[in-house]
Amino acid sequence: MTGTITISLHLNGEAVTATLPARMSLVDFLRETMGLTGAHVGCAHGVCGACTVRVDGAAVRGCLMLAAQADGATVDTIEGLTDTGAIADLQDAFHRHNAVQCGYCSPGMLITAADLLDRATLPDRAEIRDHISGNYCRCTGYQAIVDAISEVATARTKGAA
Amino acid sequence: MTLGKPLPHDSAPLHVTGQARYVDDIPLPAHALHLAFGKATIAKGRVTAIDLDPVRAAPGVVMVLGPADLPGDCDTSPSAHDEPLLSDQVHFHGQPLFLVVADSHLAARRAATIARVTYETETPILTIEDALAANARFEDGPRIWTRGDVAAALAAAPHHLEGRIEMGGQEHFYLEGQAALALPGEGGEVHVIASTQHPTEVQHKVAHALHVPMHKVRVECRRMGGGFGGKESQGNALAIACAVVAAQTGRPAKMRYDRDDDMILTGKRHDFRIDYRAGFDATGRLTAVDFIHYTRCGWSQDLSLPVADRAMLHADNAYFLPAVRIESHRLRTNMASATAFRGFGGPQGVLGIERVLDHVAHHLGLDPLAVRRANYYDGPAPSGPGTGARYGGPHSPSSPARNTTPYGQTVTGFALHDMTDALAQSADYAARRAAIRDWNADQPILKRGIALTPVKFGISFTLTHLNQAGALVHVYQDGSIHLNHGGTEMGQGLNQKVAQVAADAFGVGIDAVQITATDTAKVPNTSATAASSGSDLNGMAVLAACDTIRGRIAACLAELHQCAPDQVRFADGHVKAGGADMSFAEAALTAYQNRVSLSATGFYKTPDISWDRIKGQGKPFYYFAYGAAVTEVVIDTLTGENRLLRADILHDSGASLNPALDIGQVEGGYVQGAGWLTMEELVWDDAGRLRTHAPATYKIPATSDTPPVFNVALWDRANPEATVRRSKAVGEPPFMLGISALMAISDALAQACPGVYPALDAPATPERVLMTLRRMRAG
Ligand code: FES
Ligand code: FES
Repeated sequence: MTGTITISLHLNGEAVTATLPARMSLVDFLRETMGLTGAHVGCAHGVCGACTVRVDGAAVRGCLMLAAQADGATVDTIEGLTDTGAIADLQDAFHRHNAVQCGYCSPGMLITAADLLDRATLPDRAEIRDHISGNYCRCTGYQAIVDAISEVATARTKGAA
Repeated sequence: MTLGKPLPHDSAPLHVTGQARYVDDIPLPAHALHLAFGKATIAKGRVTAIDLDPVRAAPGVVMVLGPADLPGDCDTSPSAHDEPLLSDQVHFHGQPLFLVVADSHLAARRAATIARVTYETETPILTIEDALAANARFEDGPRIWTRGDVAAALAAAPHHLEGRIEMGGQEHFYLEGQAALALPGEGGEVHVIASTQHPTEVQHKVAHALHVPMHKVRVECRRMGGGFGGKESQGNALAIACAVVAAQTGRPAKMRYDRDDDMILTGKRHDFRIDYRAGFDATGRLTAVDFIHYTRCGWSQDLSLPVADRAMLHADNAYFLPAVRIESHRLRTNMASATAFRGFGGPQGVLGIERVLDHVAHHLGLDPLAVRRANYYDGPAPSGPGTGARYGGPHSPSSPARNTTPYGQTVTGFALHDMTDALAQSADYAARRAAIRDWNADQPILKRGIALTPVKFGISFTLTHLNQAGALVHVYQDGSIHLNHGGTEMGQGLNQKVAQVAADAFGVGIDAVQITATDTAKVPNTSATAASSGSDLNGMAVLAACDTIRGRIAACLAELHQCAPDQVRFADGHVKAGGADMSFAEAALTAYQNRVSLSATGFYKTPDISWDRIKGQGKPFYYFAYGAAVTEVVIDTLTGENRLLRADILHDSGASLNPALDIGQVEGGYVQGAGWLTMEELVWDDAGRLRTHAPATYKIPATSDTPPVFNVALWDRANPEATVRRSKAVGEPPFMLGISALMAISDALAQACPGVYPALDAPATPERVLMTLRRMRAG
């Protein structure tokens, strides 16, 4: 039916080469082949954002991208970002603000939030709400999530000033 | 002291680092099999021929099972034994016909679509009218509960009106879809790991399917990625399928539904149509109400009877109904079987009476809040000096008490008078309502609306025997504590609350308590984590177990240190006995060395409840939880679009075990409730196919759909009933706060077209808002 393909990528800071079915999605590759189960599959339709990972610095839906397309790319998952400490402040704020209930949306939500904080100057609540509106959370009602992101945005801006 | 502290969710550090494991994240043993159902493509009829050869020949397929290949009917139903795992009789579009077993999830899914099936098709029963015409229903006829002479009271009322509200169902859309994994053991044992709110039922159904005693089956659930009622019975099929395959092949078997399958196969919230007739006086105070509930239950009974009962039990919401009649039709239709969903019929019943009061207020030209308050149950009688009510008796207030529910339970501790005062004030309701009216007068296109609605929700399972729970607690000789109970964790923070109870009981920090996966091998015969009962029941069971162990340690230390056992103190990680002061770890070690058992079970059953569901009489609820919300919306009268602008909420959590977790439940519940009523729309076509079976067509609230101004506070007052540390259940009640959003849209519509009642149905999608306006303008 489908052939296999060999890809090389930088995954969480390490060079990885893998042979996999050509039609395998990036999130399936990460979860099933690489055992990185932090990115979740909520819908496999590109709607919920639970599968969000970072590809070449940008937040990407892992269910919409083929693993083959990540050949040559730099891919970071929640596991890698945890190890480097790059989003430790955001993770800590999610924890403290109780921005997490079932937690299924959290890794994707964090990566989407990190994306905003990396690029914007201090975003206001409206920008934060707008930016994370592509990530569903069925549990929290989002208020605590926006609170957490907002706090980190402020703290980071202060830190940089 | 950890009780009452706003500790974050115990799993949060794992959640935010991607380490929290859900069923699909568990590394599989080698040779694991993956399953998928082949689904019917008609809504009603019979399979006359099925060619599974192409399925068997598909890449990766290991075997294919039809109904005849199963060890029996492998019934998946939680109630009426009417749901065979696989069937060639088709009752709904999507019904599982065969089971594909393959070496990968994708291979199983692909192969499941290529069977050649021939059907003898029958006309499906889809609408309420279809079902009534065919008398297709559960039970022999409608359930009817009555108090007083409703016909006479209606006839005698100074004012009357009648109307109808239709409200849609709701897809759970737990972010983690249904999933189960079965690991075959020795001697016919099977270990099932499932995303389920009801491990004991999975155990029971798997044992039934495999024809083995329950002791051969162990079911475990560490956490779910959301449940909301959708994992109370709807996961049974996956767990049974996995267990059957594991038993037949000796290999681990896993099944998860992709989102489309999940939405097609699993039940949803019951949709309702409620017809009403009301009689009332010039202040809007009701004298009589007659309700007829119609609900489409889908093809099997599942939990529909208690759901429809709970809708009837909440037909009063917060209001005294002097004469009332409620007739409930539970209709059998050829759709996925409607099931439990947060509130369990309560929200539908509440919406019925809220609609009546909104309609009455409009009819009389009064503020709906004034009408609501005129109908509230009596609050607790004031007592003490100066109130004149100290002694009761002939000098007490003369008007007859307005505190009995339609089913005969006395409402005590009705908190909504005070809560409504406090909320109306903090939300500045009166001034904003006036300002909105001024604003609307100048706006040709946009119209704002505001509404305050209350909630009174009954806490307890209405099937009385379910109100029990068990726990298992071990204290190890180093003072660390292993905690297990029958409740399941779906994000609500139950484990953390219960751990706080345990830590408090031993006077230690929360870190001393290890939370462990719900496991039928540790605590047997549990009830579903449902009916908001999780912390009430399991918290008390854990407390009982902790009390037992603490009592044993105290007795041991009292003897050693020459004091009375009740003088042994457990606080701040220390235990004091006589003159001795030791760490809790030292106390545990001492008890161990003195040969004291440091393991105990705990058990709890809710006291003082009884209920006759046929008569509709009794005391089904241990207590009520209360809440109130004000929502302000704006609608666009050209497009029908609507936005929530602001929400203010005051919610009763009793003496909160954990305010942070409780506020999370309130915020999430409100948004989910508002989603149900403003945007989430299920559409079936004439052939009985669910057209909104994917997230691209079924919209749940995103961040941008929530009100930008969102003020939430807890009404932190001790529960008058003796619940665990006087807290109140908080899982379901806040869902109904979302009703204020629908009523605010109704208010905006009423101002867009003065003089005509909007009679707005739900969900109030832009299309429905526009259609409603058009109807109103046509007069
Ligand atoms: S799983 Fe990729 S967006 Fe939902
Ligand atoms: S915490 Fe459950 S989906 Fe976000």
